Amino acid sequence: MEMEEFASGKSWVHKLDPRVKIVITMVFSVVVALNNHLEMTAISIILPAFLLVCARLDFGKVMLRLAIVNGFTLFLWLFLPFTTPGETIYAIGPFTIQREGVYQALLITLKSNSIILMALALLGTSQIFTLVHAMSHLWVPDKLVHLFFFCFRYIHVIQDEYHRLNNAMKMRGFKPKTNIRTYRAYSYLVGMLLIRSFNRSKRILQAMRCRGFKGKFYILHHYEMKRYDYAVGGSSLAFSILLMVAK
Amino acid sequence: MHISEGVLTAPVLCVGAVLTFAGLAIGLRKMDYEKLPEVAVLSSVFFVASLIHVPIGPSAAHLILNGLCGVLLGWLAFPAIFVGLTLQGVLFEYGGVTTLGVNTFNMAVPAVIMGFICRYFIKSPRLAVRVVSEFVAGAGAILLSGLLVAVCLVIALGESMDSAAKLVVLAHIPIMIIEGLITVFVVEFILKVQPEML
Repeated sequence: MEMEEFASGKSWVHKLDPRVKIVITMVFSVVVALNNHLEMTAISIILPAFLLVCARLDFGKVMLRLAIVNGFTLFLWLFLPFTTPGETIYAIGPFTIQREGVYQALLITLKSNSIILMALALLGTSQIFTLVHAMSHLWVPDKLVHLFFFCFRYIHVIQDEYHRLNNAMKMRGFKPKTNIRTYRAYSYLVGMLLIRSFNRSKRILQAMRCRGFKGKFYILHHYEMKRYDYAVGGSSLAFSILLMVAK
Repeated sequence: MHISEGVLTAPVLCVGAVLTFAGLAIGLRKMDYEKLPEVAVLSSVFFVASLIHVPIGPSAAHLILNGLCGVLLGWLAFPAIFVGLTLQGVLFEYGGVTTLGVNTFNMAVPAVIMGFICRYFIKSPRLAVRVVSEFVAGAGAILLSGLLVAVCLVIALGESMDSAAKLVVLAHIPIMIIEGLITVFVVEFILKVQPEML
């Protein structure tokens, strides 16, 4: 799967201060997740939709993302309309579809998609390292920030290593099937990744020591809130609060 | 299994967030800077492993390996799993901001519990004892996670989710077996190749 697919772009949404992005996404998500009104949830999608349009993201790719992560809501649609007690609106053989169940499933689907779109529009349009840097300004403990930093830094390295090992297995005629041999082969692959990474982490530690690491990264580039950061941040917060108040 | 946004109710989300916060605090306190690169890089390995799909009959499942994570990292599995889930949320939109607490709790608590049990028996010189404890760690972590997800769904959506909750647990059974086997093979492999890692 492609990472940071939407992160490069020149729109104002991309250029928004990452601290503003994180705060807005969190407030909006909490407000939407906790409300129980279908109309309010439907209206809430306006904000992420507006941001997505402004960010000029590829519509097809965004829809593909949405389709993948809607697996869970689809799973709920298989149950909720049939099992929620309430007024029957339609009957197929032994199954009855209840109004309350449909309502609840629809509410969950809208909520979930609204929040996902918001995360996609704001967090998805930033590089991970930028977001991690922003976290350090938002009272996230230093150790956790460093953990994020190192983890994402090495995901790519380890993914390359995984592909190299996987290619080596394929060249030797490995074909995954449902048998113990396959699982053992994958286990040794994971085991090898773990061991190499463990040794790599020791080298990282040594390299950090050589450079006099004292538990702090010195950041040269600092964020500066511009006028449009305040404007977008303020209006999005106002929108979220309106959603919460107007019922 | 990630619970997606908008499904759970406020009390479930809050309890999940608070408990995860506590777990993270313990994990971070136990992790000094000497240990940080190791936790971070192992957490990247678990992230990459979660993109590996293994075949189960006609279908395929991605690896979770939270049991193995607990065996290798103990309490530190909490921050490691939190970081992995957050990155999955931001990069692929699986889970999200409000469910992060609950999802981390559902994955990390079984990891820590199973890790503790297994780390005790893993020192045994008898192969049979080791294999059983490793299998229990891998399979048990998935079972516990599945149960926690099911419990969350039932609390949030009421009795109408009973059948769905049962299905969630049933669907985890084949994954349990595979994760158990993989945990046995991986831990035995590490014991052979680099025992000081455990």
